[in-house]
Amino acid sequence: MSATAREEVRKTAPKTGQRSGPATERGAAEERLGRRLVLPAVAIMLLVTAWPMLRALYLSLFRYRLTTPDDRSFVFLGNYGTILSDPLFWRDTWNTVLIMVVTVGVELVVGFAFAMVMHRIIFARGLMRTSILIPYGIITVVSAFAWQFTFSINNGYINSWFDWLPFIDPDTNWFGDHWHAMTAIMVSEIWKTTPFMSLLLLAGLSQVSEDMLEAAKVDGATWWQRLWKVILPNMRAAIMVAVLFRALDAFRIFDNIFVMTRGAQNTESSSFLTYRQVIEQMQLGMGSALSVLLFLTVLLLAYLIVKAFKVDLAQARGEV
Amino acid sequence: MPGSPPRTAAVLLALGLTTGLLTSCGSDDGRVRITWYANPDQGGQAAVAKKCSTDKVEVEIQVLPQDAGQQRIQLARRLAAKDPGIDLMSLDPVFNAEFANAGFLAKIPDALQQQLEKQSFTGAVDAATWDDELVALPFWSNTQLLWYRKDAAKAAGLDMTRPVTWEQVIDAATRLNSENRARTTHVGVQANKYEGYVVWINALIAGAGGSILRNAEKGTDATIDIDSDPGRAAAKVVEQLAGSTAAEPDLSVSNEGTVLPFLYPHDRKAVLPDVGGFLVDWTFVYSNFKGLVGKSVSSGGISKQDFANLGWAPYPQTVAGKDAAPPYGGINIGVSQYSAHPDEAMEAAACIVEPDNQGVNADLTGNMPASAAGYDYPALRKTYPADLLEMLQAGLEAASPRPASPYWSDISGAIQAVWHSPRAVDQDTPAESGRFIVDVLKGRRLL
Repeated sequence: MSATAREEVRKTAPKTGQRSGPATERGAAEERLGRRLVLPAVAIMLLVTAWPMLRALYLSLFRYRLTTPDDRSFVFLGNYGTILSDPLFWRDTWNTVLIMVVTVGVELVVGFAFAMVMHRIIFARGLMRTSILIPYGIITVVSAFAWQFTFSINNGYINSWFDWLPFIDPDTNWFGDHWHAMTAIMVSEIWKTTPFMSLLLLAGLSQVSEDMLEAAKVDGATWWQRLWKVILPNMRAAIMVAVLFRALDAFRIFDNIFVMTRGAQNTESSSFLTYRQVIEQMQLGMGSALSVLLFLTVLLLAYLIVKAFKVDLAQARGEV
Repeated sequence: MPGSPPRTAAVLLALGLTTGLLTSCGSDDGRVRITWYANPDQGGQAAVAKKCSTDKVEVEIQVLPQDAGQQRIQLARRLAAKDPGIDLMSLDPVFNAEFANAGFLAKIPDALQQQLEKQSFTGAVDAATWDDELVALPFWSNTQLLWYRKDAAKAAGLDMTRPVTWEQVIDAATRLNSENRARTTHVGVQANKYEGYVVWINALIAGAGGSILRNAEKGTDATIDIDSDPGRAAAKVVEQLAGSTAAEPDLSVSNEGTVLPFLYPHDRKAVLPDVGGFLVDWTFVYSNFKGLVGKSVSSGGISKQDFANLGWAPYPQTVAGKDAAPPYGGINIGVSQYSAHPDEAMEAAACIVEPDNQGVNADLTGNMPASAAGYDYPALRKTYPADLLEMLQAGLEAASPRPASPYWSDISGAIQAVWHSPRAVDQDTPAESGRFIVDVLKGRRLL
């Protein structure tokens, strides 16, 4: 196809994602049928997503406990007041943010290195890619147990393998104080999800034009210059997606903490606090208020990350 | 299109489902099926379920999670939804009041209540009573003893024929450690952030003549008494142990199972001859170690000499000269209010807690009977030394159960939040913990 013909096709083809009214009567009828066909799916989606959210919002206005149903009373925004003025809530939020920032930061760097290896490697490519991706295939609870045994003072091997390091004593009780326990939790989280990060970054890396890299090389750019001036700017949308997905995922951290410390040594996260209110204490009102706050925080976080990367999502989707 | 393949398949599927639902509460042979949700054990409850099955009723076991807190969560959530699939349940005594107060438990007939009160140990009856009624049937009862290595006690100069205090035991272990220039003698306790830690704290407070709370029937308005001299005496013991070389290295994550290896620490490099541990733990320790005799050291086994070296003594005193109040634990049988077969379920429960069946369970699991008559089960007399059986029964008579309150899980959680980790405990801990429990009960603080 010649360049002129390609231009012609581009002009006549409907633009992806562009909203325009139906051109013909048949088109309108098809659109109506389409709407009718998706209606059941929309109804089911509303039922399974919107209903629990509305129910949580409603329950959050009550002091209500499953095992003392007679004590139920309407407290309006009282539960939110209690939560927002409680140091425990802020401590757990801080823990969650810390875990999110540290794990996503480390994963971004390590994941990018893995992505580069997976992208460039020629020898044993399939084997290398599979090896890097294995941890992500393991169920989080299983990996959390594996890491708990690893760090256990009674039968773990971390202390005996790494006691040559200045901060690891043979008698280190990894789950015995806050910072050691947080380190163990973050190590297991990083180990588990770095492959996911590298997978997303690999997709972004493969979209960087080889021509541009070649041109930069010809112009005399060093490896670092090519990385900072060509590769990373062209991967911005992919990096944003990777950071967004992982940050939201890390903010919901629960399994590792549940298995490794059960929240002891002040290692609780926001979702663990919510779990304890709803499931352990059966405080449906307070727990619902916490889950509403968690939901709002996640929304805010997603908004901030998208803003921070200054990526036009419509452009990233190829709509304009 | 009658008879078309999809329609036929749908009809068959519907029939299958309906039949499945209709037969789900009866067994294949036409007997009524009673489902007993039991905590995991070595087959004791399954053997009793078999014994209590008759021509008309089949008692079937469903296994609950290992952890008492998780057992409570599973049962309470299903009972709150009025699930008829639960007929009988093995209940940790601390949750009886909460379940009874919520209306989850069927009323036990008066005659049966009287019979059980007469048959069971005082501690067992206290732990199963709420609002002046027996709300669950005492099945097995547990108490803790001080288990120790005889050579270690001798080397430290402890006279174990007389009651010992916590201070004496901790000092003895510390002294052995300094003499051997090692940290190999430990006093094992349960101090992970869980219910087992509150068991220890409650026993320490009760041993000093106090109590965590009074007037439990007032619910959230109960009087919290932890900020008291007995509370401070308890804090002193925790503080002393946590700050000494007698504390296990895994103190803040220790539980009933993890303390056991510290009694015979063979495979630890630093072990010197003639030293060994002390630990407070439940009754199963004896049968547990007996089962390890002859196994290889690498798989946790011990020698015959080691087993002969195992000693037991009454629970240590919190305050010298004041009788100790050992912990009380165990399992009661609850009958669900929402059972589809309430009469058969109550009959099965009455059968399960018969003294002979308590003996069958004790013989298989090491979880001791809730009645003196249960101790007469012949196999128990063969398995356990007579003085140990006597000591266990004396411990159960002296035991101090954790207070019965519908809000116990909140109170326990609030204690754990302030008293954990043990190294952070000092003389201010009881006051702080008293304030926190009240705030939690009043809904002013998150837990």
